[in-house]
Amino acid sequence: MRLNLITLYVDDQRAALAFYTEVLGFVLRHDLPLGEDSWLTVVSPEAPEGPELLLEPAGHPAVGPYRDALAEDGVPLLQLTVDDLPAEHERLTGLGVVFTQPPTDLGTALVAVLDDTCGNLVQLVQPRPQGVGA
Amino acid sequence: MLPGMADVYRALDDETRRLVLDELAVRDGQTLFEICATLATRHQRSLTRQAVSQHLAVLESAGLVVTERRGRTKLHHFDRAPLAEIAGRWPLPEETTPCAST
Repeated sequence: MRLNLITLYVDDQRAALAFYTEVLGFVLRHDLPLGEDSWLTVVSPEAPEGPELLLEPAGHPAVGPYRDALAEDGVPLLQLTVDDLPAEHERLTGLGVVFTQPPTDLGTALVAVLDDTCGNLVQLVQPRPQGVGA
Repeated sequence: MLPGMADVYRALDDETRRLVLDELAVRDGQTLFEICATLATRHQRSLTRQAVSQHLAVLESAGLVVTERRGRTKLHHFDRAPLAEIAGRWPLPEETTPCAST
């Protein structure tokens, strides 16, 4: 059993593709027309054969209340690992990305939360070696 | 006693709620998710989200926490005004040096 696909509901697929590729730096993997929408996936440039992130239209009526409730409480729907969180925070802030949580030291990890402009909060995590800091 | 001050004393009579105020004093304007995470990782207090939400409601009804919407997210801020009421009621004598120990 393997993990190959993770679904993220986005307000607008084209805007999401632009944000996840041009801003975050992911790479387009599949863009297959499917009626009005597309089967749209991106992958990390560090793992082109790795798990794909499916940017799924948020049209289902259950998606709105689900995401609104989580966004209100600041709960991220996706977690991405980075090597240098302060550097990523600076880079992304420079590109106009809004962080709802600045880089915060939780002892075992540095974390931050950003708004993906497509309806989701995304957590960036930089794991820290155990025994350092905390 | 001023109206509502009993709620302030009651709200402060709980270590978890005092820790929440500690964390907001370090960085104001946090989401419920962040507060849960810092309580669990920095203070080894693994409360359910509902429990933390109830603690925040107690602090909010006492006027110690106020919430603000930023975009779609609700942020919690520490309002120290009720604490000034306490200090104003029992002010330190002029010549007294505040004790530094905790």
